[in-house]
Amino acid sequence: MTDAWSWYVIALVVINVVAIIWLLIATHWGQGDEVTQGSRHSWDGIEELNNPMPRWWLWLFVITIVYSIVYLIVYPGLGNFKGTKGWTQQSQFEQQMAEARERQREVYQQFAGLSAQQLAVNVRAMETAQRLYLNNCATCHGSTGQGAKGFPNLTDTDWLYGGLAEDIATSITRGRAGIMPAAGLPDSGVAILARYVKGLSGGEMTPLVAEKGKALFATCAACHGSDGQGNQQFGAPNLTDDIWLHGSHLRDIESIIRHGKQGNMPGFRDNLTAAQIDLLTAWVLRLGQP
Amino acid sequence: MSDIYYHERVVRQFTLATLLWGVVGMAVGVLLAAQMAWPALNFDIPWLTFSRLRPLHTNAVIFAFGGSALFATSYYIVQRTCRAPLFAPALAGFTFWGWQLVIVLAAITLPLGMTQSKEYAELIWPIDLLITVVWVCYGVVFFGTLVKRKIPHIYVANWFFASFIITVAILHVVNNLAVPVSLTESYPVFSGSVDAMTQWWYGHNAVGFFLTAAFLGMMYYFIPKQANRPVYSYRLSVVHFWALISIYMWAGPHHLHYTALPDWAQSLGMVFSLILLAPSWGGMINGMMTLSGAWHKLRTDPILKFMIVSLSFYGMSTFEGPMMSIKTVNALSHYTDWTIGHVHSGALGWVAFIVFGSLYNLIPKLYGKQGMYSTDLINLHFWVSTIGVVIYIASMWIAGVMQGLMWRSVNDDGTLTYAFIESIEATYPYYVMRFGGGVLFLLGMCIMIYNVYKTIASGEQARVDSTQPQTVVPRGAV
Repeated sequence: MTDAWSWYVIALVVINVVAIIWLLIATHWGQGDEVTQGSRHSWDGIEELNNPMPRWWLWLFVITIVYSIVYLIVYPGLGNFKGTKGWTQQSQFEQQMAEARERQREVYQQFAGLSAQQLAVNVRAMETAQRLYLNNCATCHGSTGQGAKGFPNLTDTDWLYGGLAEDIATSITRGRAGIMPAAGLPDSGVAILARYVKGLSGGEMTPLVAEKGKALFATCAACHGSDGQGNQQFGAPNLTDDIWLHGSHLRDIESIIRHGKQGNMPGFRDNLTAAQIDLLTAWVLRLGQP
Repeated sequence: MSDIYYHERVVRQFTLATLLWGVVGMAVGVLLAAQMAWPALNFDIPWLTFSRLRPLHTNAVIFAFGGSALFATSYYIVQRTCRAPLFAPALAGFTFWGWQLVIVLAAITLPLGMTQSKEYAELIWPIDLLITVVWVCYGVVFFGTLVKRKIPHIYVANWFFASFIITVAILHVVNNLAVPVSLTESYPVFSGSVDAMTQWWYGHNAVGFFLTAAFLGMMYYFIPKQANRPVYSYRLSVVHFWALISIYMWAGPHHLHYTALPDWAQSLGMVFSLILLAPSWGGMINGMMTLSGAWHKLRTDPILKFMIVSLSFYGMSTFEGPMMSIKTVNALSHYTDWTIGHVHSGALGWVAFIVFGSLYNLIPKLYGKQGMYSTDLINLHFWVSTIGVVIYIASMWIAGVMQGLMWRSVNDDGTLTYAFIESIEATYPYYVMRFGGGVLFLLGMCIMIYNVYKTIASGEQARVDSTQPQTVVPRGAV
């Protein structure tokens, strides 16, 4: 704020407060205790008395004004004047965050140096881990890790990007972006390919689907592998395990082939500390244990 | 005196519109309250989703119900306290139909999802223009009548109506400044925290001038009328009027504590909200003390009960407001249902109650009757509504404080003690209670409508009151 605006703000505040004080003095201390009005008016039969203002009310008024003046000296308010205390909401935030971090450091210190497997059997670690999970992960993956359509189930043994501790830690830290491009096939091709893909997990496959589908699947094999086992390097799902992230219905599979799909798991390195991610990794590892 | 012709047709029209929009707006509110407890009640119909009905509810109760009541009473009061008929009565007639058109357009566009996403200013730009036209006409009629007054001194009620009309015009025009890109869409000229500050400068003064100053004008006429007592203190009215309208202007930033708004603006919003306590209470004191010498009437007169309880809720809300504007309190209350409770203690307890009391006084006069059809039904309305409000605000207080405490509770490991969904689960019983309170309030409104219907339909005529100017509406007058 430029100095001109700052003085503008200060002037308006001062004028308003001074005007109110003058108003109080002029109407209370300036007038006597006359109860009836000098000029007696009547409006549609309504008359007005002129009782003195209640003293307790005047004091209430004065106290709020005095409090406000003191407040504006101590805290920022009068334009660019910072206030004698030097308080800002930013500094209050930083101070409270520093205190919170200090308390956190003490909590996480006791888990330092433990492996994910050790953390997964540490009761106190898992209590914190569950809270971290509910705060940060449950919105998408569900409160018990059961997942939802489009959001992987964390309680099974199927892993898009690998189920080792370091794979899970990477997923949480950096996030994952899965991209399945649209196949660009005519409707008949989409229908055959969808039946073929569904058939990879077992069930019936007509000779036509088996033959033509296999040919069409050659494009898909680049990511999903020639036998449809998937590839954890790209997060390409295993198509043979009858686990369907985006729905098992033929309609769902056709839609994915036709339109493609982008999956996005956000990274948490900016929101969580390394120690917190270690605990979450252990929690997810535990969820996936049969 | 017999040469004074008061225009009452437009007053009657706005009075009936008040009742109609009151029951509509409150019914939508009850549906919303039910949706908060049982979300499936939107039936997966887009027009019935909470996000679309919520602005319909607020617009209907504030601008349709409250607005119509203000038009009706201000037109009635300004004529009688000035001893002058309405200036430009045809224009007054236009304000009625124009305002109803605004309401109907709002009721169509908001459920269709057309909005400019500004709280209490959701309506799209063509409707905003129509509001501006109607409002300017309202100002012409009101101030024209003041100019024509036969009584030298302007009555205190008219000060409040005048400040309300001028300020709402400024607020409405500035906050809705936007560049249209199509018939239904526009971009605001402000952005970022400037936009937020403009919005809450508007939003809080809408509370201050629409829901406070204007209804104080209503109070200043109907309480002395109903109590048949002189107004307590002229000088108190001078002080609290000027203090109220100047201080209110600063209070908006308390809606934006701990946001991107600069610290200095937040502080000013807070201290001026605190200074606002005494000026707000000035109106309550003047109304309450007007009853001194007539307290015994409270036993027998439910209309007076409505008025006195409305002042009590007014005093409570205007104490609660400054307290909630204190930063440390706001850090707990902000974003919780406490705010909803606060708003409704003002909107139901103060605004709606003073409307009920005033209309019960006004309607028999408008229709030439001795009194309302049934005093018992007024009494029933009073108790049903009072219990409804108390249940409403008490449940929202508990819910709000509980939510605030749950959300801020943090474990040493840096996690929240409660996931958000846990706070919603904990609020469920209070949402059900609030729904019950809302149903009672709506029921009270229906009782009133029945009573008004029986009053108007009855054949009984009032005695001619020789102390009052004759009310004669010439044929063809609006």
